[in-house]
Amino acid sequence: MDLTTDDRRMLDGEHGEGTALAMRVLVGVGEAFDAPHLVDVSRTHVALSNQEADTWFAKRLADGGARARVAPTVNPGFSIDYFEAHTDLPKAARAHMQLTHETYKKLGARLTYNCTPYLELNIPRQGEILAFSESSATPFVNSVWGARTNRESSQSALCSAVTGRTPLYGLLLDENRHGETVVDVQADLKDEFDYHLLGYVVPGRIGAQAPVFTGIPRTVSPEGLMNLGAQLNTAGAVSMYHIVGVTPEAPTLEAALGGREPTARVTVVDEDLAAQREALSEPAGDIDFVMLGCPHLTVRQVSDIARALAGRALKAELWICTSFATRDLLERMGLLAMIEAAGGHVCPDTCIDQPCWHHLSGKRGMTDSPKCAYYASMRGMRFALGRLSECVDAAMEGRTK
Amino acid sequence: MTGSEVRFACRGIVHGLSQGTVLRSSDGICFYLVEPESGVMTEKGHPIIGKSVAGTVLVFPTGKGSSVVQLDGLYQLVKHGVAPRAMVVESPDTVLVACAVIMEIPLVTAVDPTFYDRVPDGREVAVDADEGWLAIR
Repeated sequence: MDLTTDDRRMLDGEHGEGTALAMRVLVGVGEAFDAPHLVDVSRTHVALSNQEADTWFAKRLADGGARARVAPTVNPGFSIDYFEAHTDLPKAARAHMQLTHETYKKLGARLTYNCTPYLELNIPRQGEILAFSESSATPFVNSVWGARTNRESSQSALCSAVTGRTPLYGLLLDENRHGETVVDVQADLKDEFDYHLLGYVVPGRIGAQAPVFTGIPRTVSPEGLMNLGAQLNTAGAVSMYHIVGVTPEAPTLEAALGGREPTARVTVVDEDLAAQREALSEPAGDIDFVMLGCPHLTVRQVSDIARALAGRALKAELWICTSFATRDLLERMGLLAMIEAAGGHVCPDTCIDQPCWHHLSGKRGMTDSPKCAYYASMRGMRFALGRLSECVDAAMEGRTK
Repeated sequence: MTGSEVRFACRGIVHGLSQGTVLRSSDGICFYLVEPESGVMTEKGHPIIGKSVAGTVLVFPTGKGSSVVQLDGLYQLVKHGVAPRAMVVESPDTVLVACAVIMEIPLVTAVDPTFYDRVPDGREVAVDADEGWLAIR
């Protein structure tokens, strides 16, 4: 791979061992994909996980003197303040989150702790070259914004943040951005929950192909697109999709396919979505809690919840994960108080897959997100699956229908 | 070439010299599903379930699983001294390559196809990712 003088200096350690390590990772990835050279990135997002190895690697970079040239936004860990105030937070979990926080602060990251940077604080324009990790973020910035990123690992994205560079390969190149399989959606997409289900259904039907959707309405909400990408990239490894007439690289079906014939055509109907929901969901019955916010809920979604809860009381615990910015906005609008008056929690900076949830382990809950059900099940929680409105009803009733 | 050694050309992706016994897997590897203390594969239905990757030259098609779990898996194996000594991969993915660089495990690809016909499990193989060759000892 051809390296510039500056790339070479970074690789040779002139900017410190941390930056050299970051460059070694990027050169390794570039070699594996036959990239001719590295290119500049204008934005980065790191799927910080707060797991042992993730923090260990970030600390190696930071202790080696690395500082971000292109400051990344970062995924949620958990809010120490919130969980200390409201739960019996284990000391080890607290200490590790504190170490993660100090490490990323030292690296110069923007400590947004939010998994929807593409909706706030890190929004690219069409054609920008990025290094974004995080399963809901990669498809959104590629597909909806028409920016360009590969399906980065949290480590490779962090290396790009440090060096400001990424190898030129894959989805950065025009010829790799076309769709391959046509997915004709005949199912009735009533609200953003149906996009969760659609995203979870499709990879099993089309394998490792880039989908081109037809039949999705132009009025699809940002939340619908957020959920679609999150599930496509959880049930499969879809980093880019097209929606004919909606996403910028799909003005027509022919354009989305790059003038080629599709490798296959599949149709998704109401029964497919219903069957997926059935397959992922626990049977109806009593629940202990409702968990929402995978990906982080938007201000519109939490506003809907607040209005539904006005003057009511909860029978099951309600945990809503969202960004600090959304939470602040809700507080100003008086909506946070409505949720808290009903007994609900709105946690900033927190992911459903973190060691702060031990108080819910072994319990039965409800969520709107298949991704939440998938990850949190590894922490001993079981879930029924339903629309946001059904989840809120279930929290008030203490049972699912 | 020395003695009875047979060499195969390959492309070094993550540099270094290493040696170990070959363990072949026809399925992708997620290191999170390998037991951290023993290096034994635990993934249900996996072709190398019950076998240990410790000290091997691991020959497999590709990595699988998210970056979070793949790095944590490999990190735990290195920490417990039961990681593979080198990886021979048909289609290296971004996550796997990043993990191999970070954990300093040599990784090669694009191996001379005759290697796959001639190397059964348990053979001692040397890997030179810097010069770009594999050798059966």
